Amino acid sequence: MGKLRKELGGCDEEGPSLSRLLEERGVSRRDFLKFCTTMSAALALPVTFAPKIAQALDEVKRPTLVWLEYQDCAADTEALLRAEHPTVAELILDILSVDYHETVMAAAGFQAEEALAKVVKEQKGKYLAVVEGSIPLKDDGIYCCVAGRTAVDTAREVCGNALATIAVGTCASFGGLPAASPNPTGAVGVREAVPGATVLNLPGCPLNADNLTAAVVYFLTFGKLPATDDQGRPLFAYGKRIHDNCERRPHFDAGQYVERWGDDGHKVGYCLYKMGCKGPETFHNCPTQRFNQKTSWPVAAGHGCAGCSQPGFWDTMTPLYQRLPNVPGFGIEHTADSIGIGVAAGTAAAFAVHGVVSAFRGKSDADTSKEEK
Amino acid sequence: MADLYEKYIWEVPVRVTHWVIALSIVTLSLTGLFIGAPKSVALVTDEFTMGWVRFTHFVAGYAFAVSVVSRIYWSFVGNEQASWREFFPWRNKKGRQDMYNVFNYYTFVSKRAPYTIGHNALAGLAYSVVFLLYIVMIITGFALYSEHAPHGFLHHIFGPVLHIFTNQGVRMTHHLIMWFLIAFAIHHVYSAWLMDIKERGGVMSSIFGGYKPVHKKD
Repeated sequence: MGKLRKELGGCDEEGPSLSRLLEERGVSRRDFLKFCTTMSAALALPVTFAPKIAQALDEVKRPTLVWLEYQDCAADTEALLRAEHPTVAELILDILSVDYHETVMAAAGFQAEEALAKVVKEQKGKYLAVVEGSIPLKDDGIYCCVAGRTAVDTAREVCGNALATIAVGTCASFGGLPAASPNPTGAVGVREAVPGATVLNLPGCPLNADNLTAAVVYFLTFGKLPATDDQGRPLFAYGKRIHDNCERRPHFDAGQYVERWGDDGHKVGYCLYKMGCKGPETFHNCPTQRFNQKTSWPVAAGHGCAGCSQPGFWDTMTPLYQRLPNVPGFGIEHTADSIGIGVAAGTAAAFAVHGVVSAFRGKSDADTSKEEK
Repeated sequence: MADLYEKYIWEVPVRVTHWVIALSIVTLSLTGLFIGAPKSVALVTDEFTMGWVRFTHFVAGYAFAVSVVSRIYWSFVGNEQASWREFFPWRNKKGRQDMYNVFNYYTFVSKRAPYTIGHNALAGLAYSVVFLLYIVMIITGFALYSEHAPHGFLHHIFGPVLHIFTNQGVRMTHHLIMWFLIAFAIHHVYSAWLMDIKERGGVMSSIFGGYKPVHKKD
């Protein structure tokens, strides 16, 4: 993987080093080191890695990044633009030479598409691709076209030739909302649309920009993608359940639950388990990393987790405000438990009747049969 | 009743696993109901009610799993009444005939109470379904449990279940089968009681002591 590092370093020899960029922007060395320490914490690395990260970021030349948007709502772009003040967003945008980003680039039309084509051609195998939004495959992918080409067409070319692809948000990772049943456009995530590409999934709706920053920093420091789980999600951010790091967990273990929205338990911050919180089955670092400059996150705000970083969450994590899904074939509002009580009660009733009939049935033939033998 | 003698029917492993499974199902159902739909019982946050209930559920789950696996093992090495053959009565003509006779007795068509040494044929059939449900419960249960330690041993083994059937699907299956097993338990106790009265074979006490009165020639 050291080779990747070298390739990264060699992609833009003339670019100014990070130290110079920071100096120009008036970011102090102290702030930079603080950022590196934060990053080592976000990556679950020992604090001794902070200087190593600083050194790596100092030395690395600016790798090129292209940002593709497909079937999305641009929320991940929004999340990035709101990345933590003051240095992180600037750091990332300044370390990386963002040559193509539909939402924020100045270029338009043919000029913009030329920039993308130039990156793919001249920096083949050296640039980073970020994909936001799902890719439709149905009917040859005609449901999402940019500059006259289908999403799947450009994704295969751009991601297939990239050093690595980062899928930001649940749509790019697993198909997300566009892929929800009945999935009219045949939407899938990048891994499925571009088989063989090196893809890191950063799901979330939206993703936490701090995780994107940390993943990029990891990549720049170690020259490889971080270790992932079987869903292609980095372990540093998706290695633990929401439930296991949740600030309301003590209420769960104690047995203190919100029973209704706005009840006394809700007001004092009891566990949202009974209100359908999907924290016990969702892997993400929301409780520790939080959103919007670590201000808050859904459960802290009093709303259960929707399980947005899990594959197919819109189909599998609903109803959002119930613990269990409804049983298919029984219409809405028929939970497993109400059906189960019916089954158990029905059985008891049936056997009670059977017992009454048996009792009045008179003498069994058992003895006679035995005596006959 | 001179032609009867006390025959050793249910061996120790059969009786032990029977009672461990019975007790663990009661424990698992009660704790499981609480876990699925808890009541706010704690007055202060440093109590550990849900914690202990879940702990009990997991320990009972392990006891249940070990017991079911032991019983399946014993069905290959135990005596005739413990054998796996008792659970698949449709395999031979006599078994099919027995199933028909028992069915007729249960549905009041025939008045002749079936005479069997071990399980009656329909009971055997029911247990093959019940054991299938047990196995589904063990797999779904450990799959859900394994998420507390992602990338651990259990998660490697059972994790794929969650991907294939979705986490919520696995949860719902775990709930539904609990109710099926409760329904089965009602049927099981009733049928044993009915047979005890009608067949007069002492089937109820046999699961405690292991012996049953049977005909000399058997």
